Amino acid sequence: MSTAAQAAQMPGQQMSGAEMLIKALIDQGVEVVFGYPGGAVLPIYDALFKQNAIRHILVRHEQGAVHAAEGYARSTGKPGVVLVTSGPGATNAVTGLTDALLDSIPIVCLTGQVATHLIGNDAFQECDTTGITRPCTKHNYLVKNVDDLSRIVHEGFYVATNGRPGPVVIDLPKDIQVAQGTYTAKDNIRHKTYRPRVDGEDAKIKEAVALMAAAERPVFYTGGGIINAGPRASELLREFVQLTGFPITNTLMGLGGYPATDRQFLGMLGMHGTWEANHAMHDCDVMINIGARFDDRITGRLNAFSPGSKKIHVDIDPSSHNKTVRCDLNIVGDACRVLEQMIAAWKQGGYKPNQKALDTWWQQIDQWRARDSLSYKKDAKIIKPQLAIERLYELTKNQDTFITTEVGQHQMWAAQHYKFNKPNRWMTSGGLGTMGYGLPAAIGVQLGHPGKLVVDIAGEASILMNIQELGTAAQFRLPVKVFILNNEYMGMVRQWQQLLHGGRYSQSYSESLPDFVKLAEAFHCRGLRVTDPADLDGVIKEMIAIDGPVVVDVAVDKAENCFPMVPSGAAHNEMILADDKPKDANNASVSEEGMALV
Amino acid sequence: MSAPQQPIQSHILSVLVDNEPGILARVVGLFSGRGYNIESLTVAEVSDAAHLSRITVVTSGPASVIEQIKAQLGRLVPVHNVHDLTVEGPHIARELALIKVAGTGEKRVESLRIADIFRARAVDSTIESFVFELTGAPEKITAFVELMKPLGLVDVSRTGVVAISRGPKPL
Repeated sequence: MSTAAQAAQMPGQQMSGAEMLIKALIDQGVEVVFGYPGGAVLPIYDALFKQNAIRHILVRHEQGAVHAAEGYARSTGKPGVVLVTSGPGATNAVTGLTDALLDSIPIVCLTGQVATHLIGNDAFQECDTTGITRPCTKHNYLVKNVDDLSRIVHEGFYVATNGRPGPVVIDLPKDIQVAQGTYTAKDNIRHKTYRPRVDGEDAKIKEAVALMAAAERPVFYTGGGIINAGPRASELLREFVQLTGFPITNTLMGLGGYPATDRQFLGMLGMHGTWEANHAMHDCDVMINIGARFDDRITGRLNAFSPGSKKIHVDIDPSSHNKTVRCDLNIVGDACRVLEQMIAAWKQGGYKPNQKALDTWWQQIDQWRARDSLSYKKDAKIIKPQLAIERLYELTKNQDTFITTEVGQHQMWAAQHYKFNKPNRWMTSGGLGTMGYGLPAAIGVQLGHPGKLVVDIAGEASILMNIQELGTAAQFRLPVKVFILNNEYMGMVRQWQQLLHGGRYSQSYSESLPDFVKLAEAFHCRGLRVTDPADLDGVIKEMIAIDGPVVVDVAVDKAENCFPMVPSGAAHNEMILADDKPKDANNASVSEEGMALV
Repeated sequence: MSAPQQPIQSHILSVLVDNEPGILARVVGLFSGRGYNIESLTVAEVSDAAHLSRITVVTSGPASVIEQIKAQLGRLVPVHNVHDLTVEGPHIARELALIKVAGTGEKRVESLRIADIFRARAVDSTIESFVFELTGAPEKITAFVELMKPLGLVDVSRTGVVAISRGPKPL
């Protein structure tokens, strides 16, 4: 029988496991893979070498690969794909996987594994990858039979991207990569068990809009679920918020889900949220949470969290409901779909907001807003970190700019002072709080958006955690900008030590910091430094104009603290404001119980 | 909202899962990772053709924690469904135990008499020991074990609870 005739009779094509993997990735529409080669993935790298459909981005550390994939995924809405070797390759990816799990980012991480007959023998570069990654992935697989490989890859993409998105690990033993097997097409896959609910229950939708129409002091509180549900969810959210005239606040993960320059936007809420957002949350009578999860950074002290409100909670993950905050109306469904349903129900029911009450509510909100809680003391000699972000925003707002961050004070200042009007423009490590996230994430964003301005707003401590990725940016000519707010301290640690530990700055000052300009140059990037507020605009403009990766070392006020702040263990209406603000009874300090909290 | 002190209740959860490698580790890891209790746990394949296993787990906690446990189990990818037999209606819960008792003379006779009352079967015997096999509700097995203590109890091996709903309908 001829090969052609054989192929015609076969239900699927015959190929090696490695070829099968590449074919499955192509069939899934994958364009970019972030990875690092090693012994246990050599057959896959060989198959990659023989094709042109998928671009491989060689990172410098596997953690960087996962963060880059996260940046790519969060900015494009497509799953991010990672390829790493066994053992240390897999364990280095664990931080990134955990980050993606906590922030619900769709990632498919392919890990090499020693040959099946060696598993369990403590072979060279062997580790129990599925065991190690079980608690930090949405799901994981060990492929033990080459004929299962393509099905598992297709299933992995389905699981990573459907329902609440998350990371999936597929562990691929080396003998499976070289074995011949039959390819299963993407269309022939139907998952046996995993079918997340997308549509909200109609009766509950009706109940929700009726509750909203009767509200006197409503507030929308929306999160990363709006971003994950796609750009249409943001459009619908805008429509619904404007239809109702209600105020809205966003979580850290939800920024960009609603235009920040709109009057109805109260700013971010939570630990470093605005005075008006947190007070509105505390005093509201109806709270509409869409795609947020009542994280402890949002709620503050739970028994004082929005004590008088009826709470509506829309989330695609049923385990998010009633987890920390008991809600009156829990709707399981996709944020985009439920918003469609809610808008339809609002219009169908001919609902109007209680305008009289709403006017009074807005008057109250405007009073809170007048506190101007994000303002800071200006200084002619020292660059205030807030000023640096404000100027960055002013000088980049007229082009489509993507911002990533590291973790710490600079991250909060970026969230407070950079205004996001569109979804997918803001990439930050919210749940896990991973220092070293921003630079690799920016690399991933840039790959998804060639020609767009991508800036990693960084701190000098965080950036050093994945500084090696400057090499990746240089190699692949990715013109990412690293904008370091350099205060020589782990600023957030220093701030907490000042507020909670009597100013004993234990190990939070970094001596012997590198010269970031020379460091950038050593990596074939450009380095800039600015110390005088008068030069700030010029340096930012220069950074933008340079067609290539740039590191900007911005020397900022070393002692600046990030305010406002809801200290650990305090309620939303017990906030610390910057020192120059007038004090009132609601100004909090840190309690004894709060000290034990993170 | 700090919920008013909720009473701790014991619940029997029946979880139908794909019988795939690692599924037990997923379930157990979920309980340990999130700080939930496991009072007993049994697992075995129930459909060879469909590769399904049933995990019966007895757990305890306040109602809000039980609700969270069910939601967390439900979102594990290989889980088909989660049923809380304790709240879903009448059900049968049974355990099997093997109990070794060593002794001679009157104690040996007494252990046999009590075994008879409990309808335990002697499945192994030497002239100085018995192994009894006993099925029943967990309380019955505990009661039997207590009675065997002064009569030369050596070892107890219990399966943990398996359970099923009463009546003609499936779970």
